Amino acid sequence: MPRITVNVDGTTYTDEVQPRTLLVQYLREQLGKVGTVVGCDTSNCGACTVHMDGHSVKSCSVLAVQADGHEITTIEGLARDGQLHPMQQSFHDNHALQCGFCTPGMIMQALDLLAENPEPDEQQVREGLEGNLCRCTGYQNIVRAVRDASERMRPGAGPPMEHSEPTSPPRTATEQDRAQVTGGQHS
Amino acid sequence: MIPASFDYIAPTTVEEAMAALDEAGEDAKILAGGQSLLPVLRMRLADPRLVVDLGRVPELRGVRQEGDSLVIGSMTSHHEVLGDPLIREHAKLLALATRTVADPQVRHRGTFGGSLAHADPAGDLPAPALALEADMVIAGSSGRRVVPASEFFVDYFTTALQPNELLVEVRMPHWTGWGAHYEKFNRVAQAWSVVGVAAAVRTEGGAIAEARVGLTNMGPTPVRATGVEQALLGRPATSETIREAARHAAEGTSPTSDASADVDYREHLAEVLTGRALTTAAGA
Ligand SMILES: Cc1cc2nc3c(=O)[nH]c(=O)nc-3n(C[C@H](O)[C@H](O)[C@H](O)COP(=O)(O)OP(=O)(O)OC[C@H]3O[C@@H](n4cnc5c(N)ncnc54)[C@H](O)[C@@H]3O)c2cc1C
Ligand code: FES
Ligand code: FES
Repeated sequence: MPRITVNVDGTTYTDEVQPRTLLVQYLREQLGKVGTVVGCDTSNCGACTVHMDGHSVKSCSVLAVQADGHEITTIEGLARDGQLHPMQQSFHDNHALQCGFCTPGMIMQALDLLAENPEPDEQQVREGLEGNLCRCTGYQNIVRAVRDASERMRPGAGPPMEHSEPTSPPRTATEQDRAQVTGGQHS
Repeated sequence: MIPASFDYIAPTTVEEAMAALDEAGEDAKILAGGQSLLPVLRMRLADPRLVVDLGRVPELRGVRQEGDSLVIGSMTSHHEVLGDPLIREHAKLLALATRTVADPQVRHRGTFGGSLAHADPAGDLPAPALALEADMVIAGSSGRRVVPASEFFVDYFTTALQPNELLVEVRMPHWTGWGAHYEKFNRVAQAWSVVGVAAAVRTEGGAIAEARVGLTNMGPTPVRATGVEQALLGRPATSETIREAARHAAEGTSPTSDASADVDYREHLAEVLTGRALTTAAGA
């Protein structure tokens, strides 16, 4: 069996996998990272979204062997010292979930969107999340949560209360933003 | 679902890939971005003995200029196509069509070459490749050959590629300064085209000097709407001219009826969407 070395949420793992093992299966069944879920069999729903080298992918549509030598960030790698990531907090505060099944994928895709476009308008949020399906919420609060998170994640944004008015000028994504939104590294 | 078992090899050069393909013959399948192949394997619609992953062959990736040609490596991802300055400047139509493909996650993995090799009649990139007169550079056991897009797409999900051949890169002329637009009609987010129209137009002093129009999902392969192209030549770039020319859009096409649309409706869409695509491309 092929042997792969993958960094997942800051920890490096070396494992033997069958070539047909899907990345999502490896994460859930071999690493026990069940925060990433499977919602469909057709690559449509986005529930399984994780980041591979900083870009969102559907982990049901990537083989574990393809992830050899790469860096994966899952929903389980976002919180720091017991503190939710601002995007997670924003989903919580804005009631952006009901059953919660789509949420891990929604959050990972929302972070990918903000890395490309830190201040998306409503339409841009909807387009950025077009690969993620939600059966419960009707999307309204998800869109709200992502826009709220984009405020909270402005550079220098500390506790949300201190940043209630938008002040910073428009800007483009920097490496630092990307590190922040993908959860950074802690190997 | 989980795919059936297969052996896996990840070569790092085209030669290594060719050797593996030659040895396995029809039992091998090339893996590019996997965004069409993995769903197929998961549903067990295919059952290859060997999967040859091109993901670790650096020479297949990236965009460059070579003489009069723009050269796009087959493993260049949709995401890379969208961010590439050479494509934006010299083949804008391709970038505009790629923007409509699937969703961000699929665009991060899926590749330009994979989309062409897959040859889904509803796929959005074959029609722009045809309209932009792309040439496919194909590697086989007896060397390389070049097949123009007009001969590359043979039938539903069928191209000129033989089982032991590999699409290396796509070459096209520079379309610098041409106006372009891809008009796609679909019913829900992240879906393939019911019908799509790829249009590129060069205007000179308010008149249409040249035009290229490619149609998606108006037959088993992409179709060049030559009737429309000819009707535009030398005519003023106005909505009137375009509306008249667009009437020729469905000529010579052979669309099917399916759950999304009947033949009649597809023919109607071809005309309407051709009008819209040309209007935007020509700035009329
Ligand atoms: C949810 C979803 C929505 C989608 N929506 C759209 C859409 O709206 N429009 C659209 O156009 N596409 C869409 N796609 C398909 C997507 O564009 C794929 O990226 C593309 O069809 C295949 O590219 P790939 O690199 O993933 O190829 P793969 O899946 O790896 O391969 C596809 C086929 O091509 C062969 N192949 C690949 N590369 C080569 C090569 N270099 N030489 C020879 N053979 C090769 C493979 O053997 C396989 O048979 C969608 C896919 C998904 C999952
Ligand atoms: S489980 Fe991966 S897209 Fe649905
Ligand atoms: S909250 Fe239930 S699917 Fe989105």
